[in-house]
Amino acid sequence: MMRIELVKRPQRSALFSMLSPFIAFALTLIAGAIMFAMLGVNPAKALYAYFISPLTEVWQLHELAIKAAPLIMIAVGLSVCFRANIWNIGAEGQFTIGAIAGSLLPVLYPDLQGAYLLPLMLLMGMIGGAAYASVPALLKARFNTNEILTSLMLVYVSQLFLDWVVRGPWRDPMGYNFPQTVQFSSAARLPELLDSGRANLGFIFSIVAAVLVWLMMSRMLKGFEVRVLGSSPRAGRFAGFSIRRMAFFAFMLSGALAGLAGISEVSGAIGRLQPVISPGYGFAAIIVAFLGRLNPLGIIAAGLVLGLTYLGGEAAQSSLGVSDKLARVFQGMLLFFVLGCDTLIHYRIRFVGRKAPAPEMVPAQEGAH
Amino acid sequence: MDIWVSILLTIATAATPLLIAAIGELVAERAGVLNLGVEGMMIMGAVGGFGAGYLTGSPWIGVLAAIVIGVLFSLLFAFMTLTLATNQVATGLSLTILGLGLSGMLGTSFVGLPGQRLPNLDIPGLTSLPVVGRLLFGQDPIFYLSIALVIAVTWFLFRSRTGLTMRAIGDSHTSAHALGISVIGYRYLAVMFGGACAGLAGAHLSLVYTPQWVENMSAGRGWIALALVVFASWRPWRVLAGAYIFGAIWIGQLHVQAIDLSSFASSSWFIYQPIALIKSLPSQFLSSLPYLATIVVLVLISRNKRLTMMNTPASLAQPFVPER
Repeated sequence: MMRIELVKRPQRSALFSMLSPFIAFALTLIAGAIMFAMLGVNPAKALYAYFISPLTEVWQLHELAIKAAPLIMIAVGLSVCFRANIWNIGAEGQFTIGAIAGSLLPVLYPDLQGAYLLPLMLLMGMIGGAAYASVPALLKARFNTNEILTSLMLVYVSQLFLDWVVRGPWRDPMGYNFPQTVQFSSAARLPELLDSGRANLGFIFSIVAAVLVWLMMSRMLKGFEVRVLGSSPRAGRFAGFSIRRMAFFAFMLSGALAGLAGISEVSGAIGRLQPVISPGYGFAAIIVAFLGRLNPLGIIAAGLVLGLTYLGGEAAQSSLGVSDKLARVFQGMLLFFVLGCDTLIHYRIRFVGRKAPAPEMVPAQEGAH
Repeated sequence: MDIWVSILLTIATAATPLLIAAIGELVAERAGVLNLGVEGMMIMGAVGGFGAGYLTGSPWIGVLAAIVIGVLFSLLFAFMTLTLATNQVATGLSLTILGLGLSGMLGTSFVGLPGQRLPNLDIPGLTSLPVVGRLLFGQDPIFYLSIALVIAVTWFLFRSRTGLTMRAIGDSHTSAHALGISVIGYRYLAVMFGGACAGLAGAHLSLVYTPQWVENMSAGRGWIALALVVFASWRPWRVLAGAYIFGAIWIGQLHVQAIDLSSFASSSWFIYQPIALIKSLPSQFLSSLPYLATIVVLVLISRNKRLTMMNTPASLAQPFVPER
């Protein structure tokens, strides 16, 4: 029987700070191989089908960009929240409300054609997401309410609201009673980037968002404020920073980005509103944020990895006949391993035998050195 | 009269899983550990309980399996947050994500299968008593267990030495450690108790409430249980009250959705009109009531900042690494 002890490092380890996402990914692959073996599938073949085969053709890379775009957009916003020690868990809800708000024009006025339409939709999506995110921020600032629980409850509410919208007032009258809105006109669709696949402008938005937030966090006073308030609220107060204002700022920023992701997904890959518009992007983005070490540039890479878990899940379902829930399992394991590996940045791990040395033995041992 | 008895019975059935999960989380939080993985442990308990019950034909084995799975799942969380001192919020979330995924994967073959239901208590002579008979002596076994848990946890936390130690750890782990108390050891036990309760709550869902397996059947109950602990300001009896209020809201909206308006046609205007008004609301609005109510309740309870600070275990969610 071994016991594990943590020994604090004198300073954070730069090596593990860089390596931990890679170690975590490797551990996830190993755990995944074991899981496949337990399911009775050849692990090597399964891992190939899951992680390599979805990347072998050009159109598949486009699909990866489509999956990664919302993850990156949302995660970049969440990284600001988490750095400020503010826990916005409801990005999925802000994504949904952003998608609904942005769809207002193309659904209610399907004849609009001008070049102003798309920018307006995106703007309304961002406003919708930010407004929805301002609810938990307001409750936290005004009533001291736990933002984790309120933002999460609002996810359920937003999904029921979307369900009502597409089954009720916004249902396509010509849609054979399917619960969905009219197909957006081509002027309301995000343009595709290249002829070789479906990837759209949303991916560019996500990269721009990541770079802008990276600039803010590393080059601007606001970024400094976020980091100070996150690591030491007391020190932040002395510097004249306000936690309340920060809660609003972080929630609105991440809400706006989640809303942008929502409307980009609807006007890009889907093309209409329907009861389910996200395979859990808002929750997977939490994993992306941590896997990217809360650094916007790292998040770009992490978003591609998580996007791959979605694609791999679909591929494995069709080629190996395993459940599509596998993607979620991989995502959950990945976050576990990332968090575990992050411990290595601040601590050295020591394995200690069950019998600790008796107290009087300790000085003797030290003398022997 | 009969209709009120059956409404009370369904409320109790809806409240029981909330109550059990919240009581378990309360103990963990009193020891200073915030486990946001309740939803994940609960859904794993539900799928494990259903599976074991289906495969063995005995719902009792299902309950046992659910508890074991809940404990195992919570050990994963405990190892991460206590031994490796990871962030409790993020780790709890990953436990929920993993639980929802894993349960969906394990449960694919259970979808649509007829489940086992735990039999209700039946004491000859007592259960058949009018009105109180079924309420007091005719419910499912887990209901009685949930009430017993409230009593036991109250006694444990406020009347036993171990409970006192546990609360001390939750309020200041550094002082407790300085007194030679094994902070990590106690916290492991508290988290495991929370896991056992969440697993049992899940078993109640898939073996009593709706004896079948439906993906995501916990439907946010784990999160509501977390809110209940805050609502109850970390006191067991208030958790009981909160769970029954939420059970009533949950059942109320279902009853209203199912109600047949024409059966009230002969009632007075004062009864008919409000019911007609509620019935005219979209069903999605009614379904969102439990979640909206959670937000309202949280706002009401946390409004008083000083009171909240006094009640919250002071080292809740703080990672602890013993100085050696």
